[in-house]
Amino acid sequence: MLSVSKSPWLLHYDGSSCNGCDIEVLACLTPLYDVERFGVINTGNPKHADIFLITGGINAQNKPVVEEIYSQMPNPKVVVAVGICACNGGIFKECYNILGGVDTTIPVDIYVPGCAARPEAIIDGVVKAVALLDEKRKQMKLESSKEKGA
Amino acid sequence: MSMRSVVPFGPQHPVLPEPIHLDLVLEDEKVVEAVPSIGFVHRGLEKLVEKKDFNEYVYVAERICGICSFMHGMGYCEAVEHIMDIELPPRAKFLRTIWCEMSRIHSHLLWLGLLADAFGFESLFMQSWRLREKVLDMFEASTGGRVIFSVNKIGGQRKDVDNDMLHDFLRHFDEMEQELKTLSKTFLNDYAVCSRLKDVGFLTKEQAVELGAVGPFMRASGVALDNRKLGYAAYPEIEFEPITSNVGDCYARCDVRIREIFQSFDIIRQAVGKIPDGEVSVPVKGFPKGEHFMRVEQPRGEAIYYVKANGTKNLDRVRVRTPTFANLPGMLETLKGCQLADVPILILTIDPCISCTER
Amino acid sequence: MEQQNIIGIDPRSLVPEAMKLKTEGYRLVQICATKAGEEYELTYSFGKEYEFLCLRYNVPNGGEITSISNIFAPAFLYENEIHDLFGIKVNLLTLDYKGNLYRLEHKTPFH
Repeated sequence: MLSVSKSPWLLHYDGSSCNGCDIEVLACLTPLYDVERFGVINTGNPKHADIFLITGGINAQNKPVVEEIYSQMPNPKVVVAVGICACNGGIFKECYNILGGVDTTIPVDIYVPGCAARPEAIIDGVVKAVALLDEKRKQMKLESSKEKGA
Repeated sequence: MSMRSVVPFGPQHPVLPEPIHLDLVLEDEKVVEAVPSIGFVHRGLEKLVEKKDFNEYVYVAERICGICSFMHGMGYCEAVEHIMDIELPPRAKFLRTIWCEMSRIHSHLLWLGLLADAFGFESLFMQSWRLREKVLDMFEASTGGRVIFSVNKIGGQRKDVDNDMLHDFLRHFDEMEQELKTLSKTFLNDYAVCSRLKDVGFLTKEQAVELGAVGPFMRASGVALDNRKLGYAAYPEIEFEPITSNVGDCYARCDVRIREIFQSFDIIRQAVGKIPDGEVSVPVKGFPKGEHFMRVEQPRGEAIYYVKANGTKNLDRVRVRTPTFANLPGMLETLKGCQLADVPILILTIDPCISCTER
Repeated sequence: MEQQNIIGIDPRSLVPEAMKLKTEGYRLVQICATKAGEEYELTYSFGKEYEFLCLRYNVPNGGEITSISNIFAPAFLYENEIHDLFGIKVNLLTLDYKGNLYRLEHKTPFH
């Protein structure tokens, strides 16, 4: 049997980025870069999403929002931190209102550095996320069959 | 008896690329009041001046916002240059003008795409962004970056662009102009698009002045003000008139922005025709002392850079008043009395840039 | 290049001065607070066409200021911001966020 990955849906949230990475994420979805050729669609609903693309660092006000969105996403899910601010705070690390990268709040699976992250790098991150999603799905199946067996 | 309810809007919402939260007070489907709460993107970068020296801060200023990054860097540099009394070489001024207008083209095309997405015209969104990629390619060829360019420094530009490349750009802009003409027909004449934009979200001329609106949002209500007329960069040597409309609805804002893109093509042509040869930067000695309010016209409107320096390498204060911050009261006014379904379009027509607003 | 017109005023004459500018057709451009030693320096900028005018006065640490949001409606955003970032109390605001415009981890970072 052919091995086929499911088409993942993206959810994009702007933490506290400068917008640079956000427009690059959107640029990925539009004609020149076009991640839709991998079956990826941008969605606005966390409950439909498999991959959570997050840009920018975490501050006191958006922390609960990010946690809420993450908890609404169904399992298996993959978090991709796009841009250096999402990885560790970047240039804004020393600002009074930045707690740090996304991993201070939710577990991050894939880091895409860059300021702003280039679309090629973002696509690479998304493709890695698709592979990881497959793996997580397999793991989940294995665990549930074990439970049934026991 | 109509029923009152409060609908929360945002911070995570399909039409919003950035987080802002509004509490919409509704009477049935009609909005009676909107209360914004901002601060989701607040980083506090104005206070970074205490940690970075005034030359390094250019990099921070560019990252106030990724869409108008060039002009943020430039506005900050111009403010410091005023304090230090630095006269730029003419070639640097013209390069700033050309990059400014390229930023405006890319920003307005981005906005057109987001607007199309907001009223659900997916292919128009894709077409606008496809056109925008051409400007980004030119940015990448001339500066090395797609979004954040880092070509501004205090005392001029870091990079020069050779004249062959500039003339090459003109050919690309000619092609883009033709494509934009086709695209603008859909934005301005299509029945479905017009039915979403026309007669929605009026802002009168008096309201625009009273509420301190800026940029295309204000000009669409008939106020002919454009800070490029103040004469920073090479604008004194360029001929242009502020673009206005007297209608003041969402359609007028779309119309003004489309005409501004055509105007930007024209300004770039004039600038490339007049650009002199020579140096692109002057050496800078010493530290700034004094204060200055710098006003520049960004794609979204008037931005103000206040710099206060004390004669050491660290500045006392940098304050940025961004166009979206000034446009918020006007936006809240247009929201009063509109239908709930029109709220996304109304918010988008001020071209909100939240990371600018909250810094 | 344009002149920078900054006029020092008495804090008590802010409201009448603002009223005067309003009747002359000025719009509010921005309000900016700066820490100047133990005091805060407040600068109110107004614009009419391309003209640019600033009013400036100082408030001591722990001082209070009067809002001009009744005269210039957009002032409420600037004044709430000044309250949240600098900890200056603003009286008679039309819309008072009571310190919740920016929900920060450390209150009044510029204080």
